[in-house]
Amino acid sequence: MSILLNNISKNFGKFAALYDVSLEIPEGELVALLGPSGCGKTTLLRIIAGLETPDFGRVLLSGEDKTEQHVSRRGIGFVFQHYALFRHMTVFDNIAFGLRVKPRKERPTEAFISKKVHSLLELVQLDWLADRFPDQLSGGQRQRIALARALAVEPSVLLLDEPFGALDASVRKDLRQWLRNLHQELHVTSIFVTHDQEEAMEVASQVVVLNQGRIEQQGAPADIYDHPANAFVSKFIGQTNIFDLSETESNWLQRAGILAEKPQGIFAHVRPHHIDIVKAEEASGSPVTLKDWQHLGATIRVELFNPQHNGSGATLFAEMPNERFKQLNLNKGDRVAVHIKQAHWFN
Amino acid sequence: MSLRSAHTCGYVLSAPTGMKNSKILPPATHSAPTCAISAIRQAKAVEIALSGDWVLDAQLPPLEPVLAQIETNAIKKIIFSTTALGRWDSMLVTELIKLIDYASQKGVAVDKASLPASIQGLLTLVSAVPERVDAHRDQAQTSWSQALVVSTGKAVQHSKEMLIFVGEMIISTFATLRGQAHFRRQDLWLYIQECGPSALPIVTLISLLVGLILAFVGAVQLSLFGAQIYIANLVSLGMTREMGGLMTAIIMSGRTGAAYAAQIGTMHVNSEIDALKTMNLDPMAFLVLPRMLALIIIMPLLCLYADLMGIIGGGFVTVNFFDVSLTEYLDRTASAVKMKDFIIGFVKCSVFGILIALSGCMRGMQCGRSASAVGDAGTSAVVTAIVFIVVADSVMTIICNRLGI
Repeated sequence: MSILLNNISKNFGKFAALYDVSLEIPEGELVALLGPSGCGKTTLLRIIAGLETPDFGRVLLSGEDKTEQHVSRRGIGFVFQHYALFRHMTVFDNIAFGLRVKPRKERPTEAFISKKVHSLLELVQLDWLADRFPDQLSGGQRQRIALARALAVEPSVLLLDEPFGALDASVRKDLRQWLRNLHQELHVTSIFVTHDQEEAMEVASQVVVLNQGRIEQQGAPADIYDHPANAFVSKFIGQTNIFDLSETESNWLQRAGILAEKPQGIFAHVRPHHIDIVKAEEASGSPVTLKDWQHLGATIRVELFNPQHNGSGATLFAEMPNERFKQLNLNKGDRVAVHIKQAHWFN
Repeated sequence: MSLRSAHTCGYVLSAPTGMKNSKILPPATHSAPTCAISAIRQAKAVEIALSGDWVLDAQLPPLEPVLAQIETNAIKKIIFSTTALGRWDSMLVTELIKLIDYASQKGVAVDKASLPASIQGLLTLVSAVPERVDAHRDQAQTSWSQALVVSTGKAVQHSKEMLIFVGEMIISTFATLRGQAHFRRQDLWLYIQECGPSALPIVTLISLLVGLILAFVGAVQLSLFGAQIYIANLVSLGMTREMGGLMTAIIMSGRTGAAYAAQIGTMHVNSEIDALKTMNLDPMAFLVLPRMLALIIIMPLLCLYADLMGIIGGGFVTVNFFDVSLTEYLDRTASAVKMKDFIIGFVKCSVFGILIALSGCMRGMQCGRSASAVGDAGTSAVVTAIVFIVVADSVMTIICNRLGI
């Protein structure tokens, strides 16, 4: 089911949660709504679900206007951040619940329900937990049960509100991969809300970046990372070094021959892996010294310090593969020459 | 001199360049810089003329003659003349502060504008002691009219919320009656079990004691006339018409009303209510209606039980302490209490049941999204329920009285 949002606005009292948001989501996509907390992403999800009504604008599902329609008639499955499993029911009953409460005419037989629930439990790889109660499960298991419950009614849209927000890092990593595989298997149009840009980049086929109730950019993860539409997106997605050329920085940037290209704006946003460093000759006059470095697995993050500049721009981050860093043979406090390979320019 | 002037310079805080090379420079041979202050009486003001170098090691002129001038009643204002002022530093400012403080004590205005700007600046700095905000009490006292407006607004808001809730409930009730909403009978039995049999011990205890208290209170007056036999009438009528239902209702609002608010509030916090909505379930029909129905069914039965316990409690006191035989007590009770008294108790208790379930479920559904909100919902459910119960009881008692039943 494709989703089309037309000029959605929503206010809570005087606070504008969403401001004139229009969005199109084609069928079968796995879309991430990404933004800092309070940017309106959950509100947008709840409006799509029908748990909130927009002040203005229309919600179209498969081309049909469903703005006024009750949440239960939209054919959606919703997964909540804190699982929202019914605590007095077993895992089996939780998943079967959506089917058992259907109107009598549409209600499947108990045998069918049982078969369906077991197939769903197999899908989420938790078939052996059918008789447990939610309290006896771990967070990751609960979230997978919640997903199975949402899938039981065969929704045409799956909505996930920060599904991995309450889980620890390693479980989250596993579940991300698992969700991606699941989506490839089921091909249900899915939207999930997250504030974790890594999660959005890893799982989603489309990322929608929201900020202060507006859509900043929509596109494939690579697109958003490589061509951020504005300074907010550039800062929010991945790590960025920011150079303010209206201040003193342009001087040393150009004097030190650091910038490969001509300035095209006031702010230069440079990804850490677009900064290259070499050991500087004593005479080169580069003011930058190596302050520290951190191992991030395959890459090394190098912290550079520029004593000539005070303020936030004094520290730069560069990233490079391990081998390259070993070749450089640098020590703390060494002077380095910096070369910026590529920058995004904003005014 | 050069040495000394260098030394003096170190203490000069600020001096405008124009003033530095003043006309009255001390003679080079003089041991200390001289300075003078004089007061010239004008119509209603005193002009204080400052001259010479007012620096740290200068011989300061006595201030008393000038102060004496200010003390004269006719003086309303002090102005300064600094045309002859040479170098100066904080020494001058210190002396000026003494003067200004003295003047303000005496209620004399000081025209600081006649001083050089830099001295004015220093004086402002000295007097600009930041106010201690933390030591003050908040002056946020609202007037009674504001408080009235605020509380009226709140009351309107609350009534609105309640109307919406009741409206939604009526809609779901009709939907359920037409078989459109999902109503689980097994839930109803569960809630009946929860609020009925499990409440018996506490209802027993409280009702026995209430009957006992009623008997004692009545006995004190009735025994004055030797009419102890009428304790039976008092206890049985009091319990069946009034106290049995009221006490049961208050117990149940604390026991069951708060539990309803907490249960539904927790479901709200955990988004379980939203989950129900996404599964095509109306939370009103699914959560609220069975709870309300359970209380409507159970409350009259509990009330009947409470009446019995109260009569037993009253009988215990009457038979043991007031010289009335058990047969007499039972006989009086049987003749005093009519069927209509039981029915009034029944009707009242059903109404209380609706009110308890209403306030409990309403506060639960209105619960915020934090864990502390659940506690607040429970508290407010009990308070709301008890207010409702007492108001409804008064209204029903008045109606019964008017109708003569």
